[in-house]
Amino acid sequence: MSSVLTVSGLGKTYASGVTALSDIDLSIERGEIFALLGPNGAGKTTLISIICGIVTPSTGTITVDGHDISRDWRAARARIGLVPQELATDSFENPLATVRFSRGLFGRPPDPAHLERVLRDLSLWDKRKARIMTLSGGMKRRVMIAKALAHEPDILFLDEPTAGVDVELRRDMWALVRELRDKGTTIILTTHYIDEAEEMADRIGVMRKGRLIVVEEKETLIRKLGKKQLTLHLPEALPSIPEALAPWGLTLSEGGARLDYTFDTQADSTGIPSLLRRMDELGIVWRDLNTRQSSLEEIFVSLVRETA
Amino acid sequence: MPKGDVPAFNAHGVWAIYRFEMARSLRTIVQSLVTPVLTTSLYFVVFGAAIGGRMGEVDGVSYGAFIVPGLIMLSLFTESIFNASFGIYFPKFTGTIYEVLSAPVSAFEILIGYVGAAATKSIVLGLVILMTAALFVPLEIAHPLAMVAFLVLTAVTFSLFGFIIGVWANGFEQLQLIPMLIVMPLTFLGGAFYSIAMLPEPWDKIALFNPVVYLVSGFRWSFFETSDVPVGLSLGLTAGFFCVCVGIVWWIFRTGYRLKS
Repeated sequence: MSSVLTVSGLGKTYASGVTALSDIDLSIERGEIFALLGPNGAGKTTLISIICGIVTPSTGTITVDGHDISRDWRAARARIGLVPQELATDSFENPLATVRFSRGLFGRPPDPAHLERVLRDLSLWDKRKARIMTLSGGMKRRVMIAKALAHEPDILFLDEPTAGVDVELRRDMWALVRELRDKGTTIILTTHYIDEAEEMADRIGVMRKGRLIVVEEKETLIRKLGKKQLTLHLPEALPSIPEALAPWGLTLSEGGARLDYTFDTQADSTGIPSLLRRMDELGIVWRDLNTRQSSLEEIFVSLVRETA
Repeated sequence: MPKGDVPAFNAHGVWAIYRFEMARSLRTIVQSLVTPVLTTSLYFVVFGAAIGGRMGEVDGVSYGAFIVPGLIMLSLFTESIFNASFGIYFPKFTGTIYEVLSAPVSAFEILIGYVGAAATKSIVLGLVILMTAALFVPLEIAHPLAMVAFLVLTAVTFSLFGFIIGVWANGFEQLQLIPMLIVMPLTFLGGAFYSIAMLPEPWDKIALFNPVVYLVSGFRWSFFETSDVPVGLSLGLTAGFFCVCVGIVWWIFRTGYRLKS
């Protein structure tokens, strides 16, 4: 795959002296879904705003499909669609007029067939002549997506696309994003919902305090940073963990009837066979065992804590 | 043109902004046209008929006809400023400005769209007021081309000024501040309803520091060939104000003042 977006050495320091972004290097592959995670104030929206031309960077360069966003800004911007976090719509306009406006604004000639397709895909066609102010919150968010798609962008930025929407609409959004990716659109989304990233993203970037601390394939991230836990259920409760089992760092719970062992999947040895052997030598019998992989949410929380 | 390529001049973008702004006015056509026409009619009833009948002639022109250019200018100033300032302030207020800032449209193209639409609306309004006035007083325009030139130049200049106010304003109060506290008083004191020669000393000299005197005087010259100040000076000052506004707008877009972080 080739890069459709390249960010090099990007930094942003506001006039107040606050540094919002430092040394961001990022390459987005064509046709992928990239999720940007991070706590509030991590710099996700600032990064998106700079790429889209809304905020001026202090340092660094950005190219969109080979076009520098400063020197060749027209070609760069024409390839980008943005759905911002806030519901900002022209309340007195109707969906059809507002998507027509968006398409023209991005320098594209009128194409009623394309606009109809976009509105139908987003279930807005029946409401095309209704004032936006009369639409529900979910509908308004769809209008904003329709506006961003009106000029047929190669890259679509979705800044917190499902914030405050109901479960059904959230599922619809996910389906729509996958459909867009299947048609060749590169998707970059920010989200607070870890399950959203886990469900959709091909790759994940984690931001904290203006820095991009991790960029990995989703599965690799889970595999590399995820820890597994072995749980042993004991038929006879232990009063405490025997001294001989101290090297495994076990935890005892459920009144001594459950032993938990956390191991690193990337280590040379998981330590499980030796643990089970040692337990056998000590005469500790187990009734049942199971293992569990860390969720992306747990990885995210640990990453953000580690770099605090 | 292949997808993703935008020409050196984004005509579709300019047209989109212009059409959007004009559509906004069409939605409020009653307020946009009927209100100013009604207000102008009231001015003629009060100043033209009730008071004007006792005023006699000013500079050889009946008082009713004499106030026509001033009334048009008054509406032109206020409408140009209102339309342009509201046009750019409202997207800032609602947050929809993000789309214009992220689109492949240059500062110049944005300006043509917003200021062009605001100026178009005020020119149409000026012409409607002129036609309304013709119903009340006999009117002859000595220099129609000069009249149109003053009309267009003033509408564009004050639309630029309104655009600046719209970018500067951080609230609806600020949006009204300059039009209400500066432009309106200067217009009323700028000879819209009288010749500054009618003022006692030293006010006739002090009035010359009011830029609106030059705009009204030049416009009135195009109607009646009478003016308080030389017409060349009026034209020069209007053009000068236009250049100052263009300079400020250029600086706004270069620095992103109150538009970009």
